[in-house]
Amino acid sequence: MTMIFEPDFGTPASEKLDQVSLEIDGRTVTVAADTSIMRAALQAGIDIPKLCSTDRLKAFGSCRLCVIQIDGRNGTPSSCTTPVSEGMNVITHSEKLDRIRKGVMELYLSDHPLECATGDECELHGVAKKIGITTSRYASVDTHLDLEKDESNPYFTFDSTECIVCNRCVRACDEVQGTFALTIENRGFQARVSSSGTSFIESECVSCGACVQACPTGALTEKTLLTIGAPTSSVITTCAYCGVGCSFKAEMRGDELVRMVPLKAGGANEGHSCVKGRFAYGYATHSDRITQPMIRNAITDPWKEVSWSEAISFAAAGLKKIQVESGINAIGGITSSRCTNEEVFVVQKMVRAAFGNNNVDTCARVCHSPTGYGLGQTFGTSAGTQDFESVEHSDVIMLIGANPTSAHPVFASRMKQALRKGAQLIVIDPRVIALVRTPGVVAAHHLQLMPGTNVAVINALAHVIATNGLIDRDFVDARCDAQSFKEWEAFISLPENSPETLEASSRVPAAQIRAAAHLFAQAKNGSIYYGLGVTEHSQGSTMVMGIANLAMATGNIGRKGVGVNPLRGQNNVQGSCDMGSFPHELSGYRHISNPRTRKIFNDAWGIQLQSEPGMRIPNMFDAAIAGQYRGLYVQGEDIAQSDPNTSHVHTALRAMDMVIVQDLFLNETSKFAHVFLPGTSFLEKDGTFTNAERRINRVRPVMKSKIGKSEFEVTCDLATAMGYPMSYENGAAIMDEIALTTPTFAGVSFAKLDELGSIQWPCDETNPTGTPTMHVEKFVRGEGQFMRTAYVPTDEKATRKFPLLLTTGRVLSQYNVGAQTRRTANNIWHKEDILDVHESDAELRGIKDGSWVKLSSRVGETIMKAHITDEVPAGVVYTTFHFPESGANIITTEFSDWATNCPEYKVTAVELAPSIMGPGDMVETHIMGDPQLDSIVRMANQIAANIPAADAPEIKVAHHIVQFWTPAMIERLHNDVNKTDLSPTVLKAIEILLVRN
Amino acid sequence: MRVFVPGDSAATSIGADEVAQAIALHDPSLEIVRNGSRGALWLETLVEVETPTGRIGYGPVTPDDVESLFDADFLKAGAHPLLLGKIDAIEWLASQDRITFARVGIVDPSSLIDYEAHGGLVGLRKALLLTREEIIDEVTESGLRGRGGAGFPVGLKWRTVSQTINAEKYICCNADEGDSGTFADRMLIEGDPFTLIEGMVIAAIAVGATKGIVYLRSEYPHAISALQRAINVARANSVLGSQILGTSYEFDIQIRIGAGSYVCGEETAMLESIEGKRGVVRAKPPVPAIEGLFGLPTVINNVLTLSTVPMILAEGAKTYKAFGVGRSLGTQVFQLAGNVARGGIVEKAFGVTLNELVHTYGAGTLSGRPLRAVQIGGPLGSYFSTAQLETSMDYESLLTAGGMLGHGGIVIFDESVDLAEQAKFAMEFCAFESCGKCTPCRIGSTRGAETIDLIIRGVKVDENKKLLLDLCEVMTDGSLCAMGALTPLPVKSAMINFPEDFTGAPK
Repeated sequence: MTMIFEPDFGTPASEKLDQVSLEIDGRTVTVAADTSIMRAALQAGIDIPKLCSTDRLKAFGSCRLCVIQIDGRNGTPSSCTTPVSEGMNVITHSEKLDRIRKGVMELYLSDHPLECATGDECELHGVAKKIGITTSRYASVDTHLDLEKDESNPYFTFDSTECIVCNRCVRACDEVQGTFALTIENRGFQARVSSSGTSFIESECVSCGACVQACPTGALTEKTLLTIGAPTSSVITTCAYCGVGCSFKAEMRGDELVRMVPLKAGGANEGHSCVKGRFAYGYATHSDRITQPMIRNAITDPWKEVSWSEAISFAAAGLKKIQVESGINAIGGITSSRCTNEEVFVVQKMVRAAFGNNNVDTCARVCHSPTGYGLGQTFGTSAGTQDFESVEHSDVIMLIGANPTSAHPVFASRMKQALRKGAQLIVIDPRVIALVRTPGVVAAHHLQLMPGTNVAVINALAHVIATNGLIDRDFVDARCDAQSFKEWEAFISLPENSPETLEASSRVPAAQIRAAAHLFAQAKNGSIYYGLGVTEHSQGSTMVMGIANLAMATGNIGRKGVGVNPLRGQNNVQGSCDMGSFPHELSGYRHISNPRTRKIFNDAWGIQLQSEPGMRIPNMFDAAIAGQYRGLYVQGEDIAQSDPNTSHVHTALRAMDMVIVQDLFLNETSKFAHVFLPGTSFLEKDGTFTNAERRINRVRPVMKSKIGKSEFEVTCDLATAMGYPMSYENGAAIMDEIALTTPTFAGVSFAKLDELGSIQWPCDETNPTGTPTMHVEKFVRGEGQFMRTAYVPTDEKATRKFPLLLTTGRVLSQYNVGAQTRRTANNIWHKEDILDVHESDAELRGIKDGSWVKLSSRVGETIMKAHITDEVPAGVVYTTFHFPESGANIITTEFSDWATNCPEYKVTAVELAPSIMGPGDMVETHIMGDPQLDSIVRMANQIAANIPAADAPEIKVAHHIVQFWTPAMIERLHNDVNKTDLSPTVLKAIEILLVRN
Repeated sequence: MRVFVPGDSAATSIGADEVAQAIALHDPSLEIVRNGSRGALWLETLVEVETPTGRIGYGPVTPDDVESLFDADFLKAGAHPLLLGKIDAIEWLASQDRITFARVGIVDPSSLIDYEAHGGLVGLRKALLLTREEIIDEVTESGLRGRGGAGFPVGLKWRTVSQTINAEKYICCNADEGDSGTFADRMLIEGDPFTLIEGMVIAAIAVGATKGIVYLRSEYPHAISALQRAINVARANSVLGSQILGTSYEFDIQIRIGAGSYVCGEETAMLESIEGKRGVVRAKPPVPAIEGLFGLPTVINNVLTLSTVPMILAEGAKTYKAFGVGRSLGTQVFQLAGNVARGGIVEKAFGVTLNELVHTYGAGTLSGRPLRAVQIGGPLGSYFSTAQLETSMDYESLLTAGGMLGHGGIVIFDESVDLAEQAKFAMEFCAFESCGKCTPCRIGSTRGAETIDLIIRGVKVDENKKLLLDLCEVMTDGSLCAMGALTPLPVKSAMINFPEDFTGAPK
């Protein structure tokens, strides 16, 4: 293996279309107008010495090494800052230029160590050699060679003695990251790079690594580069944290990972990174990694390390025994959005083919399942419509229930660039997120709604647009279903949807809604970005449809700069959904009831698929407590920590007889497991991840598997032991099977990915290199479908007993349940979950900043530290869920999205009280009664209350139930439910279901 | 009865306020006008009395002299040891070509009426009748060049801004007068601020700008308040605002105050500073005329440049360009400072000799010791020797003589000066004031000072002189802006014109 080298053209590429010809050192060069002479020269193979310029940053012109002479012009301008012009005649080398360059370099060398700690990494010495000078004649009385290093950041050092004040770090912080943490302090000779007068760790620095990447010398250096040494080989792979899916060069020295360097050619990140992807990979080699399989008969027994074959046989035997005793549907599996498409595909195949049922679900259930449903209904496919680059073409950006600077930092940087170039921002969020006001960015509107009232706000916005003549009639007429639009327009224009009516629920002033609606509707290009603040609600699916309606009504679909863009939580949420992880869907979002689709798989796999949906995760828990579901294979998801209503989850897990956990580490779920199968980190995987922009990126093995095999092999071994032989030579072979069975992936192969770098699906005969923007000429479903989105308040309401609303989210440095980031130095930034409380709520309860508080909801209680802040409004409290000990999900309830059962994490009624004690053992609530029946009643009533239908909703309710419920659940709805608990619509729907049967 | 006691900082710094107070105390019925200084600084405080035959001057007056002035019946031009006679007859003033400074010292700087009474607003009124093109043609025709130091043709700059299409444009007046030995901007703003305002309005109309900014240094508090007062008056009288003199033209001016950095007088660093950023030089292109303040087309002109425009419009380009020589047309406001007997403002047509300025106007050194060196053009200007006194003071001749005009500051040194120390000071000044962006200026200036220090101490003198000359070339050709590029001027001129100071021999 060799080092992958990405050339640096010194200045960014010109966006001009017209071409200019000029002569450089006698060679004729033709380049785009506005290209710098430096870049043009490099394209012609002429390398002009440079230090302060790099092609990720605007030209700066400070080092004065790149000086050139131009025929007919005075002086020696810098080639980085001078654009080409037609007929120009440039000389890059002459006696005079050599003298200037040597003179400048001599000055550099007069204040720089003769040898740098990073050796050849220091470009200064490289350029000096090229210029032909190695020492300085100056006496150098005053130097900066005795300045102290700043070692405060856990991942990189700042050694001012090596700093050449080229400003690349400062400019990267400004232009690439947009944080403005760095500056130059003092002027003249005393000018030094500074993290704004304090140490890096105490500064505003978010450790994205852009400055380290930009630094041409050893001034900003990864600590690992100093401890491990210079890398000797590199591999291009994809980050395994969030849904942005950044491409990295993993740089290795032997078997050791020296550093992760963001790839300039990376489609998602274009050379940028965040603290997690760039630095927080140490968990992969953490001593907590379990690399040997383990089994036990009971969860109270100690673990016993065994061989792979023993573990697989034990697991298979347990699962088979359950199926013999309780039926074929008594087991199932959960795929992971942290795993590759190939691993996910194989797991769902194992469930469908080897387990013989459709009880497969994915952790996307708890995050973006409403996106799948909502965008499927309106547009015809379950995915964001744009690529990330699109945001740079937006004029107005609507950001709903997402906090990109924390959760999708690399995308946030792009968004900030667009905003600083003049795009306007509308933030819809209960919290004052960073983008409401951050250096260089001020949101035009912050609609600070109460948690749970998203649909009220989106309806009010749409109402203003519909009733103020702001609908893009041309777009709607040409592209959307006329009947659905007509019905929607009538519905949304009703007074009940006016901002004035809905103000009481949402608490957003009507005038603000009206102003925001005008701003968005009148934008040339209006785009909508949203996160889990949209989906994780009782009306998550309704809200997604409301967003889709708004985009269609304003004509913001099908070109650059517009669109509906879910910001996916995990690295492969999109992929795990694409791969057929949902119990009702096969890969490519094709319903299991479709015989033509089933035939493809039946033929390919030599089996007979069940034609009815299997269980969703919460259904599995309910069924487990009911004794009908006894075996579970869960890969790479810590459901015991991440899923809501912990007591309910724990009770369900405890009720099972064979829980198989496959993961890197023992976790909360493995406490309830009987088999632990070690997993592989992304650094060991060979496959693909699909990010939020549908971009399929290669994940290449950087190091040998720590468990001696690939993760899909383990899955195949289990399937084989269950009686259905499965095996693949490699990840590429799995992708070939995906392509063969999935039309939207028909054109995808590892070979093509290696050639193109990445591919945005759909990739087929029509779009052989993928599809950056979807729905360009027509919607995937043909015509865009408007959906009625009645606002139905959640049942989770603030009461006298629980007067506050808790909402949850993430911070930049930690990731979800923290299994990875808690095992890195990232804890320095966030070492515990904190409860944000508004001053007035704290005052009322006698809560002091930094003190312990008891947080209780109707399902449980926990103890956390309080932080008094005005980032939350009065009546709302907020926390993160990164640490198991804080038990944020002990508080969250069983309520979920009516259509997809995505949990309502974002709204829980709670109360606070001061606590003299810190957190102790988790106190669980006793689960009583028949939770499965309760769920069935609640789900049915919720569907009936929310189903988008004006007349005869019962037909749609019946259809929805058939589409998404298991036959066993429908059975219980018929037979076991006390009919007085059901709404009239559900009762009518049951009659229809009976007729159907 | 009007008595004039200058209220500008040049006069008040030596007690003009106390003089005015003493006069008022003695006769409260007198109308005391706080005019600007006439620029004859050695006569301050110069008290003038308005008489039927014209203004009669007394000076320099101290508060202690006031009683005796009344005793001498100075209100009626009575005889007194300080009596100077009719102001207009004082040769030092009468022999000057006061165009830019025509009203300074004469008018009440806070009175628009007084301003108009002395020919103010004539230029603007004429401009309002012309097309934008015609205004620019007139300015181009006059040959007016930028008085900030670079001498760039004003008409050409305005035309570029005018032709750059944008709804928003700026007029930025550079009043960050930081050169040692210069004070003309300050005296003009304190003595005749409406001229600057009128010049900016004409510029705005010519290029299609609606916003003006005067970047004034914090060291000029009197100028800041004088200009703000004048801006308020101008707004109240529709010289500024949304309907300039009843037309549809719109223009207003804000003052931005500098924070003490010399390099912020460099036009692009000034823009950064106005934008609220560190005062760091920008690379050009793009030139500010196309992408200036906040990325918008911007005229950047010095106070003296803009303040000359009203006269050009009022009296025509031909009148203006009748002054001067060659391509240096019109007048230059020279400022005599340093070790000089008669310091102050000397506005003369280009072509006056250095000798005339130093001896005729300056009357030699203040110390009375022989003259040794003259630095022309601020801290980055060349040191001239007595052998060069016949140099014609115009852009081209100075360039030929190895110097530059700069902002017109002339600092005089007697025989006690050590030019090696002065050369070292030039480098130290650069090291202290450099913005720190480009390498030649940032590191070079410090290394330059260190190297000259070695020469002074007699360490490897020849080697270090060679190194110093190499450094000067790198700074001249390699620096990003004039700060680093011009610092070698005083150094090299000192080495060439005063080689005896660079031998390393003990002094």
